[in-house]
Amino acid sequence: MAEIRNYTMNFGPQHPAAHGVLRLVMELDGEVIRRADPHIGLLHRATEKLAENKTYLQSVPYMDRLDYVSMMVNEHAYVMAIEKLLQIEVPIRAQYIRVMFDEITRILNHLLWLGAHALDVGAMTVFLYAFREREDLMDCYEAVSGARLHAAYYRPGGVYRDLPDSMPQYQSSAIHDEKDTRARNENRQGSLLDFIEDFTHRFPSYIDDYETLLTDNRIWKQRLVDIGVVSPDRAKALGFSGPMLRGSGVEWDLRKKQPYEVYDQVDFDIPVGVNGDCYDRYLVRIEEMRQSNRIIKQCIDWLRENTGPVITDNLKVAPPSRLAMKQNMEEMIHHFKLFTEGMHVPRGEAYAAVEHPKGEFGIYIISDGANKPYRLKIRAPGFAHLAALDEMTRGHMIADLVAIIGTQDIVFGEIDR
Amino acid sequence: MTDSRLEKLAKHLEKILEDQEIDISRAFGEITVLVHSRDLLGVIEILKTHEDLGFDTLIDLCGVDYSEYSTETYAGYKRGGRRFAVVYHLLSVKHNYRLRVRVFVEDNEFPAIDSVMSIWPSANWFEREAFDLFGIIFNNHPDLRRILTDYGFIGNPFRKDFPLSGHVEMKYDPDQKRVIYQPVTIDPREITPYIIREEQYGREKV
Repeated sequence: MAEIRNYTMNFGPQHPAAHGVLRLVMELDGEVIRRADPHIGLLHRATEKLAENKTYLQSVPYMDRLDYVSMMVNEHAYVMAIEKLLQIEVPIRAQYIRVMFDEITRILNHLLWLGAHALDVGAMTVFLYAFREREDLMDCYEAVSGARLHAAYYRPGGVYRDLPDSMPQYQSSAIHDEKDTRARNENRQGSLLDFIEDFTHRFPSYIDDYETLLTDNRIWKQRLVDIGVVSPDRAKALGFSGPMLRGSGVEWDLRKKQPYEVYDQVDFDIPVGVNGDCYDRYLVRIEEMRQSNRIIKQCIDWLRENTGPVITDNLKVAPPSRLAMKQNMEEMIHHFKLFTEGMHVPRGEAYAAVEHPKGEFGIYIISDGANKPYRLKIRAPGFAHLAALDEMTRGHMIADLVAIIGTQDIVFGEIDR
Repeated sequence: MTDSRLEKLAKHLEKILEDQEIDISRAFGEITVLVHSRDLLGVIEILKTHEDLGFDTLIDLCGVDYSEYSTETYAGYKRGGRRFAVVYHLLSVKHNYRLRVRVFVEDNEFPAIDSVMSIWPSANWFEREAFDLFGIIFNNHPDLRRILTDYGFIGNPFRKDFPLSGHVEMKYDPDQKRVIYQPVTIDPREITPYIIREEQYGREKV
């Protein structure tokens, strides 16, 4: 009889199911995984070290580039940590705008996750549908910040500017004639809020479409049910957070348990899984998208009825208005100092965490009273999740590994930092 | 955390840890416990297992290099010339508490501290990261390898004396027909200087 031995196999870093640059060294017994050792760091940019050498405001765009599918939520944790140290109040309108864009970002993230996860498992169609909806949401990003992805929209003390009154329009071209262009511009005639509201009306039926394709699909269930099961206690010990923890049946959501901004003013539910397998985590994320849609609707209603400032009037933190800056010496000096030397954050340390689409995203800042942080630590949810990959995949087949990477919602921008 | 919950946690901590040599401080609605490195495992065991605390999740673990920190107060409280610290952020899902634990590492030349992997398995990669970036050794860690830096990397990049531009750069050498390392050819430059203003800056002197 031939001698049976284990094989060592390399997976990635250039593999389409590796969600970026994951390199795995696997020890296989036939097709069964005995050990999986992720090698990370191929996208390491030392964001934390860079932030120590930049003023506080200059680091905001770096936060977009951490988890590059949920940009604004990363910024949110960063500005919240600074605001905590500075002890400044954020205007209520800015808080509603932040909550609305956090939820838009959550849908953006979950749509990409859903599409990529389904694609990994073998369902092509969902990917195309998910990207159709992402396009609308990225137009919201663009309308408000000028950038489709890396927004740099949240600033310490509020958000950079108020919501625009008009949406950018499509122009007709060789591909799209005038009639076609008119149809594409139909929901862009009003303000940004009108556009988002139109989206929230359409979106629930889109989620129904995804569910028709997947939820009761025999192949989908065969690939996900009872794969990567994590018990609630083990999930806590492994440092899981977000949908990974809720999928295991732990009722934990920072938006409910430690509410920040105006999350205690809006009405929503947290979905919780039962079995802690990939299928439950799928269901949790699908329901989260529906709940996000609900939150966005409530924010739109509030934002329509109330006006006010969107950034603090503390000139040591936020720039003055352009008009005031051009007309008054005092504002001129403040503007100049803020954008050259930057703001000074008092001595101390603070940790601020938000409920990121992937889990708990935290920023820990140690300040020395200078214009730059002394130490910045980014707590990325995916880092703890990927660390548990070895434990979750042991005893599974190689094909299940792909499903587990998909369910963890891995994005290397945040894991490698 | 709300003030009443914070109060409750502080009271519990004082009572449960009264025979330990620790310092409890509060700022910005967060509680920080300063623990001596020799007591670390004992204190952390209590924090995790005690019924009224139940810190079942290690949210974050990070190294800090204090060599250029200007004060012995605030985050550098009771530093006493020690260079490295390890900061743990704990979460109790059961009671909805958060806690920060700071431990200064004794030896500046060979910083070593006990691993908490036996208490929270999630410490595995966080400790590897702190080892990689700061060179802090975690005793009894089963798999202490570099994690974020390149294979064969030399140095600990997040130490304050490590330049931002690094020591080596990589390029393709057409003569040798392979990728080689060479000393960096760019000078480190600082665009905005690091400025700490004195207290009461800009106010009239009395």
